[in-house]
Amino acid sequence: MRFVDLHLLPSIEDVHQVEKMVSKSSELEYHLVGISLPPDVPRDEIHRLQKICSDVKVDLVTRVDFAPRNPRELLDNLRRFRRRFEVVSVACLSKPVARQAAKDRRVDLLCFPAIDPRKRFFDYAEAELASKALSSLEIDMSPLLTSRGFSRTRLLSCLRKETTIAKKFDVPIIISSGATNEHLIRGPHDYAALGTLFDMPTPLGLRALSETPVIIVKRNREKLSPDYVAQGIRVIRRKRIVSAYKKTLPRS
Amino acid sequence: MFQRIRRRYLALKVESEQTIQERDIMNAVWTAIFQLFGEHGASQANLNLIEYNPQKGYAIVRCSHKALETVRAAVASITEIDEKPAAVHVLGVSGTLRALRKKHSL
Repeated sequence: MRFVDLHLLPSIEDVHQVEKMVSKSSELEYHLVGISLPPDVPRDEIHRLQKICSDVKVDLVTRVDFAPRNPRELLDNLRRFRRRFEVVSVACLSKPVARQAAKDRRVDLLCFPAIDPRKRFFDYAEAELASKALSSLEIDMSPLLTSRGFSRTRLLSCLRKETTIAKKFDVPIIISSGATNEHLIRGPHDYAALGTLFDMPTPLGLRALSETPVIIVKRNREKLSPDYVAQGIRVIRRKRIVSAYKKTLPRS
Repeated sequence: MFQRIRRRYLALKVESEQTIQERDIMNAVWTAIFQLFGEHGASQANLNLIEYNPQKGYAIVRCSHKALETVRAAVASITEIDEKPAAVHVLGVSGTLRALRKKHSL
């Protein structure tokens, strides 16, 4: 089983920390790691991160997190940056943004703030829109690890409710670490065990760490490939077709 | 008829910047179980520390096979030991101590 952690949150300027986190992920049997990058990240930076990941035999997934204030800002961000990143996640801080993100096919992951339960807008309507637009619900595990007492109880209660809704509407669930340092990264089986705290069965938890994110990454990589034309259509041979086409053109 | 008690042995790796004592690691595990599952859950875990190597940071704990997921979740939720940042990873689980030692060369 190929395990995926789509949400590492290191400070990308700190190379040492990135290396530590990526090597920890590799040690814990993750094959694919998503690092959250700023939208205007230079290409060189991405190449540098790819080099760090390939050194420890981990595949890097470029990911961007948007936290728009209104749907218009979200659409603007998607228009500008969607084609630069393999995974797009939207932090839904208001209901209009949550609804817009759920119905937009360019959005891969929907996340909700862990601190404020009133801002978790994943209800039936949201789930219905998300299931039609192939968006997934992302559950970050680091708030579950770092919170204590009542705040953790409230978070578990919210996650339990959201998991039930997602299962009902067939919205894919993704578990990711959301780790800011290597101490907050856990192995996939440990995350699946933590998932049982909010009534997520272990097989579903393991799927949320392997198959589901792999499908998203595969789909997006195919879309970002230069050979992609539309769903089910892609260029197979470019050079020969062009040369054959040139031969048929009348000489002027 | 008397039914044999089924147990599970977990190999743990303790990661911390400071050296962790045997008592501290069990305190951390018990505290995590109490916080997540309460006294009732803790009573069903049947948890015991079998051995601990502070130099290598490896530990072996035993629990009831029914409480495996409980213990695993509790162990994963540990973020600090003795008020210092730490992480505990489950390296493997086995039904016998011998198999666990063989599998992980402990």
